[in-house]
Amino acid sequence: MPLDIVITTGSTAPIYRQIADQICRAIAMGELVPGEQIPSVRALAEQLVINPNTVARTYADLIREGALEAQKGKGVFVARRRPVFTKAERLRRLDAVLDAFVNEGIHLSFSAREMCEALERKLAELIPTSSEE
Amino acid sequence: MNDYVIRTEHLTRYFGAKRVVYDLNLSVQHGSIFGFLGRNGSGKTTTLRIILGLLAPTWGSSRLLGYDSQELPPEVRARVGYLAEGHPVHGWMRVKDAQAYQSRFYPKWNRELFHTVLEFFRVDPKTRARHMSRGERAGLCLAMTLAPEPDLLILDDPAIGLDPVARRSLLESMVYATRQSDRTIIFSSHLLADIERMADHIAVLDYSVLRAQCSLETFRSCVQQFVLRFEDAPPKLPPIRGLIQCIPQAKTLRLTIVNVTRDTRATLQRLGAQAVDETPITLEDAFVSYMGGTLQAARPAEFAGQTQVVGGVQ
Repeated sequence: MPLDIVITTGSTAPIYRQIADQICRAIAMGELVPGEQIPSVRALAEQLVINPNTVARTYADLIREGALEAQKGKGVFVARRRPVFTKAERLRRLDAVLDAFVNEGIHLSFSAREMCEALERKLAELIPTSSEE
Repeated sequence: MNDYVIRTEHLTRYFGAKRVVYDLNLSVQHGSIFGFLGRNGSGKTTTLRIILGLLAPTWGSSRLLGYDSQELPPEVRARVGYLAEGHPVHGWMRVKDAQAYQSRFYPKWNRELFHTVLEFFRVDPKTRARHMSRGERAGLCLAMTLAPEPDLLILDDPAIGLDPVARRSLLESMVYATRQSDRTIIFSSHLLADIERMADHIAVLDYSVLRAQCSLETFRSCVQQFVLRFEDAPPKLPPIRGLIQCIPQAKTLRLTIVNVTRDTRATLQRLGAQAVDETPITLEDAFVSYMGGTLQAARPAEFAGQTQVVGGVQ
């Protein structure tokens, strides 16, 4: 049950987001399974040596987003249903990774067409049925 | 009960002709961990000493746990733990003597907590205080501050002079101290990494004046950085509201701006740049730009008027 989270101070990402991202990644990778209990706010705050209010805030965000769920008197668990983000939140997250992709592409002197082709190739590999839907 | 454990109004202090604290309206909310930032000599220690009733203001007022700082009853003082700057100790005392001495002043004394904190700092109880390392001394001071289980902790630059291991012990002790729910901690520091780990709210003092008071997150989101790329040399900048730093390079301009509005973005778009990108900024960069921006250094008078650029005072 100890959660393997590493936080970095002096990063451009605030600590609450670093924790949220790592929990979401652990869920996506199957390292955390639905129904699994995660450390209490206090335990994680003491493990990471950070303000407990920050952990509480992260958990509250993830519970609102549906990634975690709180069970009264028992603790916080990985949600059994898939996390549901709002449309705005999904767009925001997509935009963030798109920015990174486009910036890196431009930096490596790829044209817009080449980048689109690369993206389509990747999508075809990963989601082969998407075009038939 | 009281929402604020500390509240000052127009707090001002002169030492002779020298202005040390000016018109400070500070509010520290119950239950928060409050980081007090500012360069050396900006008035942090003086402010804390006035709040604690150790020093009188020249004018203005300060309230601590609902009482006037100048008239604190002993039972209210007992609810406040104060760690003075520099980890002062009585050199001849051993841990046992220090505990025996200090505990007499307080109605409550938690021996277990006292020893837990000493263990965090690996203090050998047999050492006399004068032979302790800086970190051990800090541990002893902190143990003595925490053992009375105060509702409010005021730590004046507790990390000063500590090596990384002792610093971590300090932070561990602070997190441990929050086990008592509803406890408020106010600490001053120059270490942005510690502020980032511990503080949920901050106040920034600069040249005796409060420059910002808000949640740490608000501070981060209010200070934004933009990189503008041009085909040739960047143009001369028009006045931009909230601009605190401008670093021109051959074909780029890096601008740090507070409280960006739609108008600010429109102004940036009109500069004729090929690209206007917002780049993420670290807390340290945000702070350094905010406090020591090149433009600001050149025009301190203008900034002295803008007391709360970020956040607001309730």
